[in-house]
Amino acid sequence: MHARDTAGAGSGARAGFDTARPGAKTVLGAAEIRRALTRIAHEILERTDGAADVVLLGIPTRGVPLAHRLADRLSQAEHGAEHGLVPVGSLDVTMYRDDLRLRPARTLGHTDVPPAGIDGRIVVLVDDVLYSGRTVRAALDALVDLGRPRAVQLAVLVDRGHRELPIRADYVGKNLPTSQREVVRVLLGETDGQDAVLLSEDGGGA
Amino acid sequence: MNRHLISAADLSRDDALLILDTAEELAQMADRPIRKLPTLRGRTVVNLFYEDSTRTRISFEAAAKRLSADVINFSARGSSVAKGESLKDTALTLEAMGADAVVIRHGASGAPHRLAGWVRGSVVNAGDGAHEHPTQALLDAFTMRRRLGRLEGLRVAIVGDVLHSRVARSNVRLLHTLGAEVILVAPPTLLPVAVGSWPCEVSYDLDAALPKSDVVMMLRVQQERMNAAYFPTVREYSRRYGLDSSRMALLPEHAIVMHPGPMNRGVEIAADVADSVRSTIVEQVGNGVSVRMAVLYLLLGGSEAQR
Repeated sequence: MHARDTAGAGSGARAGFDTARPGAKTVLGAAEIRRALTRIAHEILERTDGAADVVLLGIPTRGVPLAHRLADRLSQAEHGAEHGLVPVGSLDVTMYRDDLRLRPARTLGHTDVPPAGIDGRIVVLVDDVLYSGRTVRAALDALVDLGRPRAVQLAVLVDRGHRELPIRADYVGKNLPTSQREVVRVLLGETDGQDAVLLSEDGGGA
Repeated sequence: MNRHLISAADLSRDDALLILDTAEELAQMADRPIRKLPTLRGRTVVNLFYEDSTRTRISFEAAAKRLSADVINFSARGSSVAKGESLKDTALTLEAMGADAVVIRHGASGAPHRLAGWVRGSVVNAGDGAHEHPTQALLDAFTMRRRLGRLEGLRVAIVGDVLHSRVARSNVRLLHTLGAEVILVAPPTLLPVAVGSWPCEVSYDLDAALPKSDVVMMLRVQQERMNAAYFPTVREYSRRYGLDSSRMALLPEHAIVMHPGPMNRGVEIAADVADSVRSTIVEQVGNGVSVRMAVLYLLLGGSEAQR
Protein backbone atom coordinates (compact mmCIF):
# COMPACT_ATOMS: atom_id res chain seq x y z
CA MET A 1 0.00 0.00 0.00
CA HIS A 2 1.45 3.31 -1.02
CA ALA A 3 -0.27 6.53 -0.18
CA ARG A 4 0.06 8.83 -3.11
CA ASP A 5 -1.44 12.17 -3.88
CA THR A 6 -3.01 11.42 -7.23
CA ALA A 7 -4.45 14.89 -7.37
CA GLY A 8 -0.88 15.95 -7.90
CA ALA A 9 1.50 17.25 -5.28
CA GLY A 10 3.17 20.05 -7.11
CA SER A 11 6.72 19.65 -8.24
CA GLY A 12 8.79 21.62 -10.67
CA ALA A 13 10.00 18.45 -12.34
CA ARG A 14 6.46 17.46 -13.21
CA ALA A 15 5.68 20.88 -14.58
CA GLY A 16 8.60 20.55 -16.95
CA PHE A 17 7.41 17.12 -17.97
CA ASP A 18 3.97 18.43 -18.81
CA THR A 19 5.14 21.31 -20.89
CA ALA A 20 7.48 18.97 -22.68
CA ARG A 21 4.77 16.41 -23.38
CA PRO A 22 4.12 16.31 -27.12
CA GLY A 23 0.73 17.71 -28.02
CA ALA A 24 0.26 19.59 -24.74
CA LYS A 25 -1.42 22.82 -25.71
CA THR A 26 -1.39 25.94 -23.58
CA VAL A 27 -5.02 27.01 -23.20
CA LEU A 28 -4.46 29.84 -20.74
CA GLY A 29 -1.22 31.71 -20.20
CA ALA A 30 -0.10 33.65 -17.13
CA ALA A 31 -1.72 36.91 -18.25
CA GLU A 32 -5.04 35.22 -19.02
CA ILE A 33 -5.09 33.49 -15.64
CA ARG A 34 -4.41 36.84 -14.00
CA ARG A 35 -7.26 38.51 -15.87
CA ALA A 36 -9.66 35.64 -15.19
CA LEU A 37 -8.97 35.84 -11.45
CA THR A 38 -9.45 39.61 -11.43
CA ARG A 39 -12.78 39.22 -13.19
CA ILE A 40 -13.88 36.49 -10.75
CA ALA A 41 -12.91 38.74 -7.84
CA HIS A 42 -15.12 41.52 -9.17
CA GLU A 43 -17.99 39.13 -9.77
CA ILE A 44 -17.69 37.94 -6.17
CA LEU A 45 -17.82 41.57 -4.98
CA GLU A 46 -20.94 42.20 -7.05
CA ARG A 47 -22.76 39.07 -6.03
CA THR A 48 -21.91 39.25 -2.33
CA ASP A 49 -22.38 42.95 -1.75
CA GLY A 50 -18.76 43.89 -1.25
CA ALA A 51 -17.58 40.52 0.09
CA ALA A 52 -18.25 41.63 3.68
CA ASP A 53 -19.17 38.16 4.94
CA VAL A 54 -17.13 36.14 2.49
CA VAL A 55 -14.75 33.36 3.53
CA LEU A 56 -12.65 31.83 0.76
CA LEU A 57 -11.77 28.16 1.15
CA GLY A 58 -9.37 26.61 -1.36
CA ILE A 59 -9.43 22.90 -2.04
CA PRO A 60 -5.89 21.43 -1.96
CA THR A 61 -3.66 21.27 -3.85
CA ARG A 62 -4.12 24.09 -6.35
CA GLY A 63 -7.35 25.57 -5.05
CA VAL A 64 -5.42 26.95 -2.06
CA PRO A 65 -3.07 29.34 -3.91
CA LEU A 66 -6.00 30.37 -6.12
CA ALA A 67 -8.07 31.21 -3.02
CA HIS A 68 -5.20 33.32 -1.66
CA ARG A 69 -4.85 35.19 -4.95
CA LEU A 70 -8.60 35.88 -4.99
CA ALA A 71 -8.51 37.05 -1.36
CA ASP A 72 -5.71 39.51 -2.18
CA ARG A 73 -7.71 40.89 -5.12
CA LEU A 74 -10.84 41.25 -3.00
CA SER A 75 -8.96 43.11 -0.25
CA GLN A 76 -7.34 45.36 -2.80
CA ALA A 77 -10.48 46.17 -4.79
CA GLU A 78 -12.70 46.80 -1.80
CA HIS A 79 -10.34 48.16 0.82
CA GLY A 80 -7.30 49.25 -1.15
CA ALA A 81 -5.15 47.03 1.05
CA GLU A 82 -2.64 44.47 -0.13
CA HIS A 83 -4.11 41.49 1.72
CA GLY A 84 -5.38 40.19 5.01
CA LEU A 85 -8.89 41.65 5.02
CA VAL A 86 -10.81 38.76 3.50
CA PRO A 87 -10.56 35.53 5.52
CA VAL A 88 -9.03 32.71 3.51
CA GLY A 89 -8.27 29.09 4.33
CA SER A 90 -8.11 25.60 2.92
CA LEU A 91 -10.48 22.65 3.04
CA ASP A 92 -9.16 19.15 2.49
CA VAL A 93 -11.84 16.80 1.23
CA THR A 94 -9.87 13.53 1.07
CA MET A 95 -11.69 11.87 3.96
CA TYR A 96 -15.05 12.67 2.33
CA ARG A 97 -14.34 11.39 -1.19
CA ASP A 98 -16.54 8.70 -2.71
CA ASP A 99 -13.67 7.01 -4.55
CA LEU A 100 -11.44 6.20 -1.57
CA ARG A 101 -11.93 2.48 -2.01
CA LEU A 102 -10.86 2.61 -5.64
CA ARG A 103 -7.32 3.73 -4.91
CA PRO A 104 -4.59 3.31 -2.31
CA ALA A 105 -5.05 5.45 0.81
CA ARG A 106 -4.22 9.01 -0.09
CA THR A 107 -2.08 11.52 1.71
CA LEU A 108 -4.23 14.07 3.49
CA GLY A 109 -4.11 17.71 2.54
CA HIS A 110 -4.22 20.53 5.03
CA THR A 111 -7.46 21.96 6.39
CA ASP A 112 -7.17 25.45 7.79
CA VAL A 113 -10.36 27.27 8.68
CA PRO A 114 -9.99 31.00 9.48
CA PRO A 115 -10.32 31.67 13.23
CA ALA A 116 -13.67 33.45 12.87
CA GLY A 117 -15.17 30.24 11.50
CA ILE A 118 -17.76 29.82 8.77
CA ASP A 119 -21.04 30.05 10.68
CA GLY A 120 -23.37 32.58 9.05
CA ARG A 121 -20.76 33.49 6.42
CA ILE A 122 -20.81 33.17 2.65
CA VAL A 123 -18.27 30.47 1.87
CA VAL A 124 -16.74 30.56 -1.60
CA LEU A 125 -15.09 27.23 -2.42
CA VAL A 126 -12.17 27.61 -4.80
CA ASP A 127 -10.73 24.86 -7.00
CA ASP A 128 -8.65 24.72 -10.14
CA VAL A 129 -10.70 22.42 -12.40
CA LEU A 130 -14.39 21.52 -12.24
CA TYR A 131 -14.95 18.14 -13.88
CA SER A 132 -17.20 15.39 -12.50
CA GLY A 133 -18.32 17.51 -9.53
CA ARG A 134 -17.40 14.77 -7.07
CA THR A 135 -14.73 16.81 -5.34
CA VAL A 136 -17.24 19.61 -4.77
CA ARG A 137 -19.77 17.11 -3.43
CA ALA A 138 -17.15 15.94 -0.94
CA ALA A 139 -16.36 19.56 -0.05
CA LEU A 140 -20.02 20.27 0.70
CA ASP A 141 -20.08 17.32 3.10
CA ALA A 142 -16.86 18.48 4.74
CA LEU A 143 -18.30 21.97 5.21
CA VAL A 144 -21.35 20.63 7.03
CA ASP A 145 -19.03 19.15 9.66
CA LEU A 146 -17.28 22.49 10.16
CA GLY A 147 -20.29 24.73 10.66
CA ARG A 148 -23.32 26.25 8.98
CA PRO A 149 -22.52 28.87 6.34
CA ARG A 150 -25.26 31.23 5.20
CA ALA A 151 -24.54 30.28 1.60
CA VAL A 152 -21.96 28.28 -0.31
CA GLN A 153 -20.68 29.33 -3.72
CA LEU A 154 -18.12 27.80 -6.07
CA ALA A 155 -15.34 29.46 -8.02
CA VAL A 156 -13.17 27.50 -10.48
CA LEU A 157 -10.43 28.51 -12.85
CA VAL A 158 -11.48 26.00 -15.52
CA ASP A 159 -14.81 24.27 -16.10
CA ARG A 160 -14.18 21.36 -18.44
CA GLY A 161 -17.70 19.89 -18.45
CA HIS A 162 -18.66 16.20 -18.07
CA ARG A 163 -20.53 16.63 -14.79
CA GLU A 164 -21.63 13.45 -13.03
CA LEU A 165 -23.58 15.24 -10.30
CA PRO A 166 -26.04 18.15 -10.27
CA ILE A 167 -23.39 20.74 -9.41
CA ARG A 168 -22.47 24.00 -11.15
CA ALA A 169 -19.97 26.78 -10.56
CA ASP A 170 -20.97 30.34 -9.64
CA TYR A 171 -17.74 31.84 -10.97
CA VAL A 172 -15.79 30.35 -13.88
CA GLY A 173 -12.43 31.56 -15.19
CA LYS A 174 -12.78 29.73 -18.49
CA ASN A 175 -15.23 27.25 -19.93
CA LEU A 176 -13.14 24.66 -21.69
CA PRO A 177 -15.02 22.12 -23.79
CA THR A 178 -13.02 18.88 -23.62
CA SER A 179 -13.40 15.24 -24.47
CA GLN A 180 -13.11 12.82 -21.55
CA ARG A 181 -9.93 11.42 -23.06
CA GLU A 182 -8.20 14.74 -22.71
CA VAL A 183 -6.25 15.83 -19.66
CA VAL A 184 -6.41 19.34 -18.22
CA ARG A 185 -3.49 20.43 -16.08
CA VAL A 186 -3.37 23.66 -14.13
CA LEU A 187 0.07 24.92 -13.23
CA LEU A 188 0.53 27.70 -10.68
CA GLY A 189 3.59 29.64 -9.69
CA GLU A 190 3.18 28.67 -6.02
CA THR A 191 3.18 24.92 -6.69
CA ASP A 192 4.70 24.45 -10.14
CA GLY A 193 6.93 27.45 -10.75
CA GLN A 194 4.81 28.88 -13.58
CA ASP A 195 1.22 29.83 -14.40
CA ALA A 196 -0.50 27.95 -17.24
CA VAL A 197 -3.45 25.75 -18.11
CA LEU A 198 -2.49 22.88 -20.40
CA LEU A 199 -4.65 20.57 -22.45
CA SER A 200 -3.28 17.30 -23.80
CA GLU A 201 -4.42 13.96 -25.12
CA ASP A 202 -4.39 11.26 -22.47
CA GLY A 203 -0.88 9.90 -22.32
CA GLY A 204 -1.63 7.72 -19.33
CA GLY A 205 -0.35 10.46 -17.06
CA ALA A 206 -1.86 13.21 -14.92
CA MET B 1 3.12 0.35 4.08
CA ASN B 2 2.37 -3.27 4.85
CA ARG B 3 -1.12 -4.61 5.21
CA HIS B 4 -0.53 -5.20 8.92
CA LEU B 5 1.14 -3.22 11.68
CA ILE B 6 2.82 -5.78 13.88
CA SER B 7 6.25 -4.38 14.61
CA ALA B 8 7.74 -0.90 14.52
CA ALA B 9 10.47 -2.53 12.44
CA ASP B 10 7.92 -3.04 9.63
CA LEU B 11 7.79 0.72 9.13
CA SER B 12 10.16 2.45 6.77
CA ARG B 13 11.09 6.04 7.49
CA ASP B 14 8.62 7.21 4.83
CA ASP B 15 5.82 5.04 6.25
CA ALA B 16 6.42 6.37 9.75
CA LEU B 17 6.50 9.98 8.62
CA LEU B 18 3.35 9.45 6.57
CA ILE B 19 1.57 8.18 9.69
CA LEU B 20 2.82 11.11 11.78
CA ASP B 21 1.85 13.69 9.11
CA THR B 22 -1.58 12.12 8.68
CA ALA B 23 -2.04 12.14 12.46
CA GLU B 24 -1.08 15.82 12.52
CA GLU B 25 -3.93 16.64 10.13
CA LEU B 26 -6.36 14.43 12.04
CA ALA B 27 -5.36 16.01 15.37
CA GLN B 28 -6.97 19.27 14.21
CA MET B 29 -10.29 17.52 14.31
CA ALA B 30 -10.25 17.54 18.10
CA ASP B 31 -11.15 21.26 18.03
CA ARG B 32 -14.10 20.91 15.67
CA PRO B 33 -17.77 20.91 16.60
CA ILE B 34 -18.29 17.56 14.88
CA ARG B 35 -15.50 15.12 15.63
CA LYS B 36 -16.39 12.49 13.10
CA LEU B 37 -15.30 11.64 9.58
CA PRO B 38 -17.27 9.35 7.24
CA THR B 39 -14.14 7.67 5.87
CA LEU B 40 -14.47 4.12 7.24
CA ARG B 41 -18.25 3.86 7.06
CA GLY B 42 -19.32 0.25 6.74
CA ARG B 43 -15.96 -1.16 7.85
CA THR B 44 -15.67 -3.28 10.97
CA VAL B 45 -12.84 -3.04 13.47
CA VAL B 46 -12.59 -5.73 16.14
CA ASN B 47 -10.76 -4.98 19.39
CA LEU B 48 -9.48 -8.36 20.53
CA PHE B 49 -8.03 -7.91 24.01
CA TYR B 50 -6.58 -10.89 25.84
CA GLU B 51 -4.97 -8.63 28.44
CA ASP B 52 -6.52 -5.91 30.51
CA SER B 53 -6.14 -2.46 29.11
CA THR B 54 -7.99 0.76 29.56
CA ARG B 55 -6.27 3.44 27.59
CA THR B 56 -5.18 1.46 24.56
CA ARG B 57 -8.55 -0.19 24.03
CA ILE B 58 -10.49 3.04 24.55
CA SER B 59 -8.05 4.88 22.34
CA PHE B 60 -8.48 2.41 19.47
CA GLU B 61 -12.22 2.43 19.99
CA ALA B 62 -12.40 6.23 19.88
CA ALA B 63 -10.15 6.31 16.80
CA ALA B 64 -12.28 3.78 14.90
CA LYS B 65 -15.51 5.50 15.88
CA ARG B 66 -14.29 8.94 14.82
CA LEU B 67 -13.68 7.42 11.40
CA SER B 68 -17.24 5.97 11.42
CA ALA B 69 -16.13 2.32 11.53
CA ASP B 70 -18.22 -0.20 13.42
CA VAL B 71 -16.40 -1.39 16.53
CA ILE B 72 -16.76 -4.77 18.16
CA ASN B 73 -15.07 -5.13 21.53
CA PHE B 74 -13.98 -8.58 22.50
CA SER B 75 -12.23 -9.22 25.76
CA ALA B 76 -11.02 -12.62 26.79
CA ARG B 77 -12.64 -12.39 30.18
CA GLY B 78 -16.27 -13.47 30.06
CA SER B 79 -16.00 -14.83 26.51
CA SER B 80 -15.55 -18.27 25.00
CA VAL B 81 -11.82 -17.86 25.55
CA ALA B 82 -12.53 -18.45 29.22
CA LYS B 83 -14.03 -21.76 28.12
CA GLY B 84 -10.78 -22.70 26.39
CA GLU B 85 -11.22 -21.53 22.80
CA SER B 86 -7.92 -21.23 20.95
CA LEU B 87 -6.68 -18.05 19.28
CA LYS B 88 -7.13 -19.67 15.89
CA ASP B 89 -10.77 -20.56 16.46
CA THR B 90 -11.47 -17.07 17.77
CA ALA B 91 -9.76 -15.67 14.66
CA LEU B 92 -11.91 -17.80 12.36
CA THR B 93 -15.02 -16.60 14.16
CA LEU B 94 -13.97 -12.99 13.65
CA GLU B 95 -13.21 -13.75 10.04
CA ALA B 96 -16.69 -15.15 9.55
CA MET B 97 -18.11 -11.94 11.03
CA GLY B 98 -16.29 -9.94 8.38
CA ALA B 99 -13.72 -8.03 10.40
CA ASP B 100 -11.79 -5.58 8.19
CA ALA B 101 -9.24 -4.99 10.92
CA VAL B 102 -8.37 -6.78 14.12
CA VAL B 103 -6.65 -4.84 16.88
CA ILE B 104 -5.07 -7.43 19.15
CA ARG B 105 -3.46 -7.34 22.55
CA HIS B 106 -2.12 -10.64 23.78
CA GLY B 107 0.14 -11.83 26.57
CA ALA B 108 2.19 -13.99 24.21
CA SER B 109 4.82 -12.40 21.98
CA GLY B 110 4.08 -13.21 18.35
CA ALA B 111 0.32 -13.71 18.72
CA PRO B 112 -0.49 -10.87 16.24
CA HIS B 113 1.91 -12.42 13.74
CA ARG B 114 0.14 -15.76 13.98
CA LEU B 115 -3.24 -14.05 13.72
CA ALA B 116 -2.17 -12.27 10.52
CA GLY B 117 -1.84 -15.66 8.86
CA TRP B 118 -5.41 -16.62 9.72
CA VAL B 119 -7.50 -13.57 8.86
CA ARG B 120 -7.99 -11.63 5.66
CA GLY B 121 -8.29 -8.22 7.34
CA SER B 122 -5.47 -6.05 8.63
CA VAL B 123 -3.93 -6.92 11.98
CA VAL B 124 -2.80 -4.13 14.28
CA ASN B 125 -0.62 -5.08 17.22
CA ALA B 126 -1.81 -3.33 20.38
CA GLY B 127 0.86 -4.98 22.52
CA ASP B 128 2.05 -8.60 22.51
CA GLY B 129 3.85 -9.96 25.55
CA ALA B 130 7.24 -8.33 25.97
CA HIS B 131 7.61 -7.94 22.20
CA GLU B 132 6.15 -4.78 20.65
CA HIS B 133 3.55 -2.04 20.91
CA PRO B 134 4.05 -0.08 17.68
CA THR B 135 1.18 2.42 17.99
CA GLN B 136 2.52 3.49 21.40
CA ALA B 137 5.90 4.19 19.81
CA LEU B 138 4.19 6.16 17.04
CA LEU B 139 2.25 8.29 19.49
CA ASP B 140 5.40 8.87 21.54
CA ALA B 141 7.27 10.00 18.41
CA PHE B 142 4.29 12.17 17.49
CA THR B 143 4.29 13.78 20.95
CA MET B 144 8.05 14.44 20.79
CA ARG B 145 7.76 16.01 17.36
CA ARG B 146 4.89 18.23 18.44
CA ARG B 147 6.65 19.42 21.60
CA LEU B 148 10.19 19.71 20.29
CA GLY B 149 9.60 20.31 16.59
CA ARG B 150 11.80 17.53 15.26
CA LEU B 151 12.89 13.93 15.73
CA GLU B 152 16.15 13.88 13.79
CA GLY B 153 19.04 14.06 16.25
CA LEU B 154 16.88 14.07 19.40
CA ARG B 155 18.45 12.34 22.39
CA VAL B 156 15.93 10.13 24.13
CA ALA B 157 16.56 8.35 27.43
CA ILE B 158 14.26 5.39 28.09
CA VAL B 159 14.45 4.53 31.76
CA GLY B 160 13.39 1.57 33.87
CA ASP B 161 11.97 -1.87 33.25
CA VAL B 162 13.20 -2.39 29.69
CA LEU B 163 13.17 -6.18 30.09
CA HIS B 164 9.38 -6.46 30.28
CA SER B 165 8.64 -3.45 28.15
CA ARG B 166 7.19 -3.76 24.66
CA VAL B 167 6.99 0.03 24.63
CA ALA B 168 10.78 0.29 24.93
CA ARG B 169 11.37 -2.23 22.12
CA SER B 170 9.03 -0.49 19.71
CA ASN B 171 10.38 2.93 20.63
CA VAL B 172 14.01 1.93 20.11
CA ARG B 173 13.22 0.60 16.65
CA LEU B 174 11.00 3.46 15.54
CA LEU B 175 13.15 6.25 16.95
CA HIS B 176 16.20 4.72 15.29
CA THR B 177 14.31 4.66 11.97
CA LEU B 178 13.38 8.31 12.46
CA GLY B 179 16.92 9.41 13.25
CA ALA B 180 16.77 9.94 17.02
CA GLU B 181 19.44 8.63 19.39
CA VAL B 182 18.18 6.37 22.14
CA ILE B 183 19.89 5.53 25.41
CA LEU B 184 18.41 2.85 27.64
CA VAL B 185 18.95 3.40 31.36
CA ALA B 186 18.13 0.50 33.69
CA PRO B 187 19.59 -1.77 36.33
CA PRO B 188 21.43 -4.68 34.66
CA THR B 189 18.77 -7.13 35.84
CA LEU B 190 16.06 -5.25 33.94
CA LEU B 191 17.83 -5.21 30.57
CA PRO B 192 17.22 -7.99 28.02
CA VAL B 193 20.13 -10.29 27.20
CA ALA B 194 20.31 -9.28 23.55
CA VAL B 195 20.24 -5.54 24.24
CA GLY B 196 23.73 -5.25 22.75
CA SER B 197 22.29 -5.89 19.30
CA TRP B 198 19.72 -3.08 19.53
CA PRO B 199 20.41 0.19 17.73
CA CYS B 200 20.92 2.19 20.94
CA GLU B 201 23.27 2.90 23.83
CA VAL B 202 22.94 1.38 27.28
CA SER B 203 23.73 2.91 30.64
CA TYR B 204 23.21 2.04 34.30
CA ASP B 205 23.54 5.60 35.52
CA LEU B 206 20.47 7.82 35.29
CA ASP B 207 22.09 10.96 36.73
CA ALA B 208 24.76 10.89 34.02
CA ALA B 209 22.25 10.44 31.21
CA LEU B 210 19.78 13.16 32.19
CA PRO B 211 21.79 16.36 31.45
CA LYS B 212 22.21 15.40 27.77
CA SER B 213 18.65 14.19 27.12
CA ASP B 214 15.96 16.05 25.20
CA VAL B 215 13.36 13.48 26.21
CA VAL B 216 13.20 11.20 29.21
CA MET B 217 10.70 8.38 28.99
CA MET B 218 9.95 6.60 32.26
CA LEU B 219 8.74 3.01 32.00
CA ARG B 220 6.36 1.38 34.40
CA VAL B 221 7.84 -1.23 36.71
CA GLN B 222 5.77 -4.20 35.59
CA GLN B 223 5.46 -6.02 38.88
CA GLU B 224 2.76 -8.31 37.49
CA ARG B 225 5.28 -9.78 35.05
CA MET B 226 8.10 -10.12 37.58
CA ASN B 227 8.50 -13.68 38.72
CA ALA B 228 11.91 -13.13 40.31
CA ALA B 229 13.65 -10.51 42.40
CA TYR B 230 14.99 -7.99 39.89
CA PHE B 231 15.86 -5.38 42.48
CA PRO B 232 16.19 -5.49 46.29
CA THR B 233 13.34 -3.17 47.26
CA VAL B 234 10.99 -0.77 45.54
CA ARG B 235 12.50 2.00 47.64
CA GLU B 236 15.99 1.29 46.40
CA TYR B 237 14.79 1.11 42.78
CA SER B 238 13.01 4.38 43.20
CA ARG B 239 16.08 6.05 44.70
CA ARG B 240 18.37 5.00 41.85
CA TYR B 241 16.04 4.97 38.82
CA GLY B 242 12.99 6.98 39.83
CA LEU B 243 12.46 10.50 38.48
CA ASP B 244 11.87 13.02 41.26
CA SER B 245 11.99 16.80 41.07
CA SER B 246 15.68 17.07 42.02
CA ARG B 247 16.57 14.67 39.19
CA MET B 248 14.27 16.53 36.82
CA ALA B 249 16.33 19.66 37.55
CA LEU B 250 19.30 17.95 35.86
CA LEU B 251 17.46 17.97 32.54
CA PRO B 252 18.06 20.71 29.96
CA GLU B 253 15.49 23.50 30.03
CA HIS B 254 13.52 22.33 26.97
CA ALA B 255 13.45 18.62 27.86
CA ILE B 256 10.16 16.77 28.27
CA VAL B 257 9.13 13.92 30.54
CA MET B 258 7.07 11.06 29.09
CA HIS B 259 5.39 7.98 30.49
CA PRO B 260 3.32 5.47 28.53
CA GLY B 261 0.99 4.90 31.50
CA PRO B 262 -0.35 3.55 33.70
CA MET B 263 2.00 5.19 36.21
CA ASN B 264 3.16 3.95 39.57
CA ARG B 265 3.40 7.34 41.23
CA GLY B 266 6.19 7.32 43.76
CA VAL B 267 7.99 4.35 42.18
CA GLU B 268 9.39 5.25 38.75
CA ILE B 269 8.03 8.79 38.73
CA ALA B 270 7.29 11.23 41.57
CA ALA B 271 3.83 12.77 41.69
CA ASP B 272 5.05 16.35 41.30
CA VAL B 273 7.09 15.35 38.22
CA ALA B 274 4.11 13.60 36.66
CA ASP B 275 2.01 16.74 37.13
CA SER B 276 4.67 19.25 36.04
CA VAL B 277 4.50 21.33 32.86
CA ARG B 278 7.27 19.24 31.34
CA SER B 279 5.22 16.11 31.59
CA THR B 280 3.41 15.09 28.39
CA ILE B 281 1.54 12.22 29.98
CA VAL B 282 -1.98 13.55 29.43
CA GLU B 283 -1.05 14.86 25.97
CA GLN B 284 0.15 11.39 25.02
CA VAL B 285 -3.34 10.01 25.58
CA GLY B 286 -4.94 12.58 23.27
CA ASN B 287 -2.24 12.09 20.67
CA GLY B 288 -2.84 8.35 20.85
CA VAL B 289 -6.29 8.77 19.32
CA SER B 290 -4.96 10.87 16.42
CA VAL B 291 -2.14 8.43 15.69
CA ARG B 292 -4.44 5.41 15.80
CA MET B 293 -6.89 7.17 13.49
CA ALA B 294 -4.02 7.70 11.07
CA VAL B 295 -3.01 4.03 11.26
CA LEU B 296 -6.57 2.79 10.72
CA TYR B 297 -7.11 5.22 7.86
CA LEU B 298 -3.90 4.24 6.10
CA LEU B 299 -4.55 0.51 6.56
CA LEU B 300 -8.28 0.51 5.75
CA GLY B 301 -9.02 3.74 3.90
CA GLY B 302 -7.76 2.68 0.49
CA SER B 303 -8.69 0.02 -2.00
CA GLU B 304 -8.85 -3.68 -1.14
CA ALA B 305 -6.63 -4.58 -4.08
CA GLN B 306 -3.76 -2.61 -2.61
CA ARG B 307 -4.08 -4.31 0.76
